Amino acid sequence: MSGHEFQSWFPASGTIDMSDTATNIDETTLAELRQLVARYPQPRSALLPMLHLVQSVDGRISPAGIEACAQILGITTAQVSGVATFYTMYRRRPGGKHHIGVCTTALCAVMGGDAQLDDVSDKLGIEVNETTPDGRFSLERVECNAACDFAPVMTVNWEFMDNMTPEKAEQLLDDLAEDREVTSTRGARITSWREAERVLAGFPDGRADEGPSAGEASLLGTSIAAANGWTAPAPEEAK
Amino acid sequence: MSDTLTPVLTANWGTDKSWTLKAYRAAGGYAAVGKALKQTPAEVTGIVKDSGLRGRGGAGFPTGMKWSFVPQDNPNPKYLVVNADESEPGTCKDIPLLLASPHTLIEGMIISAYAINCHTAFVYIRGEVLHVHRRMQQAVAEAYAAGLLGADILGSGYDLDIIVHAGAGAYICGEETALLDSLEGMRGQPRLRPPFPAVAGLYASPTVINNVESIASVPAIINNGAAWFAGMGTEKSNGMTIYSLSGHVARPGQIEAPMGITLRQLLELTGGVREGHKLKFWTPGGSSTPILTAEHLDVPLDYEGMAGAGTMLGTKALQIFDETTSVVRTTLRWNEFYKHESCGKCTPCREGTWWLVQLLRDFEAGRAVEGDIEKLLDMCDNIGGRSFCALADGAVACVTSAVRYFRSEFEAGYTTPAWELFPYERSALFPVRTKQLVTSGEGADA
Repeated sequence: MSGHEFQSWFPASGTIDMSDTATNIDETTLAELRQLVARYPQPRSALLPMLHLVQSVDGRISPAGIEACAQILGITTAQVSGVATFYTMYRRRPGGKHHIGVCTTALCAVMGGDAQLDDVSDKLGIEVNETTPDGRFSLERVECNAACDFAPVMTVNWEFMDNMTPEKAEQLLDDLAEDREVTSTRGARITSWREAERVLAGFPDGRADEGPSAGEASLLGTSIAAANGWTAPAPEEAK
Repeated sequence: MSDTLTPVLTANWGTDKSWTLKAYRAAGGYAAVGKALKQTPAEVTGIVKDSGLRGRGGAGFPTGMKWSFVPQDNPNPKYLVVNADESEPGTCKDIPLLLASPHTLIEGMIISAYAINCHTAFVYIRGEVLHVHRRMQQAVAEAYAAGLLGADILGSGYDLDIIVHAGAGAYICGEETALLDSLEGMRGQPRLRPPFPAVAGLYASPTVINNVESIASVPAIINNGAAWFAGMGTEKSNGMTIYSLSGHVARPGQIEAPMGITLRQLLELTGGVREGHKLKFWTPGGSSTPILTAEHLDVPLDYEGMAGAGTMLGTKALQIFDETTSVVRTTLRWNEFYKHESCGKCTPCREGTWWLVQLLRDFEAGRAVEGDIEKLLDMCDNIGGRSFCALADGAVACVTSAVRYFRSEFEAGYTTPAWELFPYERSALFPVRTKQLVTSGEGADA
């Protein structure tokens, strides 16, 4: 293995941008953060949802958001930052209105995900982990998103875009760029990354009833069973 | 002898608005709760033990036995935590279950929590699946409104609260002790065991952690009886389970069958490998389970069958790769995943996965040198089994099994790039431009 030397590799993107102190956090946000804390037996358990809420309000993990979480939980800002930088969904810098994910874990990559990522990157004119200058799109290489029977898979604001092709991806990005209505293949109408983050924090947006119960692949076994008249055995005699 | 396929968990997935309480009740839902609450917790645990249900999240530990390890004389509260952090590459069964039928899980949670005398239960759902959160949040709210959660459930005197919790992007949180740290608001890093979670889990209190599918199987067991469940499957691997077929197949998807069906049967039912191609290698239960080849098509897909073939049933995520696929490329990409997802706590994993990726990139690019296969295996020896959790074991398993079955492909990596041996565009489902052939995953941190 010639040519490899040990190197410590801490990309600058690993840290939270503390220079930008802008924030939208107000009394309402603080009240909602406390509401999250009240849901758990122990306060600190609310930290992950709280950080999701901070992102939805500030568009990133902001210094003010870190401060607010620390104060409410009675822990240090270092403890909050330590958690915020561990998880990949927390944004250390402002991003676009829409978060575009392309799965390139082995199976999706092999089936076309690698090419898909290249296409999307070309079309948007940005590299992975960058945001378009108009603030509309951020692009991320995502890891296996538990939709392998719909590979290759993309996500928009963490909604599934199943069975992607270059044509579908092109159409999707055009529609989002023009603010046309886009619906996830197994989810709701696309809103924005920030609105998605608010749901993840634990504040429902009333869209649970949108979308199908299941995708076609999810129903593969039941459809084969129905066609063959196969069922689970009859129950035991009632005792 | 049961039918070839036995839809139980998946039976209601295609029905109109299947995720609502109304539809779930119309399909007979929540009958099992009433039945369970009339029995003692010990009796409920006994039924689950007798059914032979084993964990569906990968390890295959007997579920009822896990519950019985909870020390009931411990004065602390008992907790139930459902692991819905489905992230193992290839695994895609819990997400469709939660989208289509969140009430199946809630019903299972009520019964399971009752069995271990727990009054606060959690569902830890990975963050990257927005619509699952919506469906689960709404289902829990519906259950509260209907008196199925909260105080005095169905007049039984039993109380239970369920908290729906979002992760934030970390594969490691699917590991049960890392999940607990994450749920306590920490970085998700595994804990050293013992003590096991059953004794000192969430908030250092007795905690049961089960996979979504395991808990979702409980209502059917209570409704139909332990013998009914045990009547499906094989001698030591009981019941029905969801197999997830993906990759180079004619029809990918979820298939619920008795334990012990074979990949050959599943492929025959679904139209086989994609047209004009043949099976090269596959995973039985996600990327952490050693790969298999066409010679294993007839091995029963149950815990014992897979162990006998030198692998594991895992999550029953059957990822199928055809003859166009470079095993070196695939192994590299899986290891880029593990490198990225290593939490950094244990040195062999943190540094080892980094080194595995470096070396595998050499193999992919055709610039590995004579002896690098031995070096690769030696590194695997020094990484596997040396950390708190099994993440690195998974990283190593895909490497060693790939070398075991396809050593010549690694030898070819001494001279020839993988993309020349296996032009990558042939593996894709759509036409690919030439410039895109050589992209390698960076796996860099966001």
